[in-house]
Amino acid sequence: MELKNIFKFNGGVHPNENKSLSSSLPIARLPIPKTLVLPLRQHVGHVAKLKVKVGDQVLKGQIIAEADGNISAAIHAPTSGTILKISEEIIPHPSGLPDFCVTIESDLKDKWIEKKPIAWKKLDSAALIEAISSSGIVGLGGAVFPSHMKLKVNQNQSIETLVINAAECEPFITCDDMFMRETADEIIQGTLIAQTILQAKQCVIGIEDNKIEAYQALKKAAQKTSIEIKIVPTLYPSGDAKRLIYLLMGIEVPKEKRSVDLGIQVFNVATVAAIYRYLELGEPSISRIVTITGNVQNPQNYEALFGTPLSELIEAAGGKLNKTQKFIMGGPMMGFDLPSINVPVTKAMNCVIESSPELFPSPKPVMPCIRCARCADACPVNLQPQELYWFSKSSQLEKAKDYNLFDCIECGCCTYVCPSNIPLVQFYRYAKSEIIAQDKAKEAANTARERNESRLARIEREKKERAEKHAQKALGAQEKNSDDEKKLTIAAAMERVKQTQQENIKN
Amino acid sequence: MDNRSPYIADAPSVSVIMFKVLLALIPGIALYVYVFGLGVIVNIILASITVVLAESTILAIRKLPIKPFILDGSGLVAAWLLAVSIPSIAPWWIIVIGTLLCITFGKHIYGGLGYNLFNPAMVGYAILLISFPSIMTHWQIPINLMENHIEWLDQIKIVMNSHLLSKETIDAMSSATPLDYIKTQLTLNQPLNIIQQNKIFGFLGGKGLDLVNLGYLVGGLYMLKEKIISWHLPVAFLASLFFIALIFYSIAPDTYASPLFHIMSGGSILCAFFIITDPVSGPTTPKGKIYFGIAIGLLVFIIRIFGGYPEGVAFAVLLMNIFVPLIDSLTQPRIFGHK
Repeated sequence: MELKNIFKFNGGVHPNENKSLSSSLPIARLPIPKTLVLPLRQHVGHVAKLKVKVGDQVLKGQIIAEADGNISAAIHAPTSGTILKISEEIIPHPSGLPDFCVTIESDLKDKWIEKKPIAWKKLDSAALIEAISSSGIVGLGGAVFPSHMKLKVNQNQSIETLVINAAECEPFITCDDMFMRETADEIIQGTLIAQTILQAKQCVIGIEDNKIEAYQALKKAAQKTSIEIKIVPTLYPSGDAKRLIYLLMGIEVPKEKRSVDLGIQVFNVATVAAIYRYLELGEPSISRIVTITGNVQNPQNYEALFGTPLSELIEAAGGKLNKTQKFIMGGPMMGFDLPSINVPVTKAMNCVIESSPELFPSPKPVMPCIRCARCADACPVNLQPQELYWFSKSSQLEKAKDYNLFDCIECGCCTYVCPSNIPLVQFYRYAKSEIIAQDKAKEAANTARERNESRLARIEREKKERAEKHAQKALGAQEKNSDDEKKLTIAAAMERVKQTQQENIKN
Repeated sequence: MDNRSPYIADAPSVSVIMFKVLLALIPGIALYVYVFGLGVIVNIILASITVVLAESTILAIRKLPIKPFILDGSGLVAAWLLAVSIPSIAPWWIIVIGTLLCITFGKHIYGGLGYNLFNPAMVGYAILLISFPSIMTHWQIPINLMENHIEWLDQIKIVMNSHLLSKETIDAMSSATPLDYIKTQLTLNQPLNIIQQNKIFGFLGGKGLDLVNLGYLVGGLYMLKEKIISWHLPVAFLASLFFIALIFYSIAPDTYASPLFHIMSGGSILCAFFIITDPVSGPTTPKGKIYFGIAIGLLVFIIRIFGGYPEGVAFAVLLMNIFVPLIDSLTQPRIFGHK
């Protein structure tokens, strides 16, 4: 395969791919679990609005929570059964905090709700987007942004190019690779649908040169279409949307802009296939392909219903090996430790790696930075990580911001190549969260100050008005109404109280 | 829960990097021994012992772990660079004092590894040069140019205790460096082509010295291949020295030595690959490295020709070290997506 017209970004790294571990066997289907736990927030945006209560019977594919507003996604029952409870459960999130979940007790009948395929060839874009908005489909590459929102075209900027992200650059992960090999037709169909909805003039699929089989499958499926399939070098993080756009088109999307602002929209392969399945077959988003790999008996890809406990996935892959200490969700470059093996499979869960000390040795002792700038050579954003580290470590947050800390995509390349074993990305995460917290505090303080100032102004104004009134009355009225006097006394007393309070606040 | 990713790493440790630098010095040192005898080895051994003892003591006083900071090898690199930079016939206490200065005032006074503003070896060298100018400008001549035969033991004796040798032997062993010789002879209104007929001049630079410099060049190319150093610094420095020398040479070849002579003389090659490439005290941005290299090349030439010293590497490097933070801040590369 030759690499034609590829624009190389700065840096990047090429770790051991470790992909063949899990790509030798076809995708298997997990048995229906007894209970399924469905977090109401599996996407970017608003939490889905609950539509069921405990004890309700649900059918496979039935909506159990609907999208709340535009930036939200519906949750469907992945199988038929009864709503067992609605409670806070541990979810697969780096925070390790519980979130609201619906637990379904499966009746093992797996009975579908009446499927309603959509005659998509006859509908216009608006109607299709409206239809897809209740499909529950979100970006399955990991970003989990509601897909119908990405299909809406901004009036000022038409979409020129649809990019399909088939790079899958993180080591170990093969869910997209296997999915492409086995389901290339659905991907191409979905791509054509997305292209039609977006009215994109051209469409290009970007795939790394380590996925020959998947490339050939796509090529074959796309034969009679105008879709271009471009091979990009295997170099992490080529699957980062902005990096992929650059590789394919030589266009740099700035930090503050989204690719749509430049007329480019990006979808993951599994996402477009899900759109196709929803329209063509009437099947909403209820399952995904998950890679289970690493220190496991049978590394493989599984099609798992959302809500399936991770423990069952581990069981299917041959169970936990002795040395396994923990489980990582995502890849080894950007993934995170799972808080428990009882978390459910979610829309974002592309890969689970069983960790072992051999696979991921504990980090070596940290040495001082020697400014060798290997990190800068590896940074795909062309930042100077050694400077950002210096500023983050010494809490010179303004400086860190000046040196474009917020352009950092936290890909981990800098940490990967650091001879001093400095956990650079963790410093950047810390600095970013500190800056955000400070900005929020500043904003809150500003709001409080503004409120206080307007309150003081109001008090001053009222005082003046009262004084004027009082003066007028004193001039005009001989006989004083005792009531008025009372009111004034009360007002004056109130005023004193207010002033005292004011002073207390000031002090 | 902390997000600890990435879970994988692939980087040579600081120790590996520093030991590769030491390894890269070996060809040059081997040729040094071949041309000048064993004095340099005695100096390297003394420097190594001094640096380990001194740094261990400082680390103990600073209550820092001793083992990792000795094994990181950065102290040894500085000590070896100093040892090959001083005259190989200097008395033993010169390298000992120099190494102590280098490790204390060059490195630990700023906070140790990663924090020093100045190149430690050059700090040691510059203080020695100012404090002991006569010893520091008294160089050995190549063994095969000596009129008397000299035993290998004498090569050691002159460093350890020169009183053990006769005055004639010592005189026979030492001379000025080619750069120094040109400088003094030019003041006597000798034309350059006559000056360079002296036996201490060789094909490219000083006789034998050019061979040693080729050894350092081999080591430098090895470090480039191993990605220990980037090309920006050596290329910028050597090109700048070459071009400024070329300009002067083409105007007045009777007064100014050829560009190639400047490259192959004194500490130019060592400076290009081993001295200015010290990452801690140098700039980190690609553009910054180029400006830094160019400036040092110009300064080296200016000091050699117009300064009070025959060689200008140490002062040029130390001067430019001052500007490193400024250079870095002015040469930030364009960030992805920025104008």
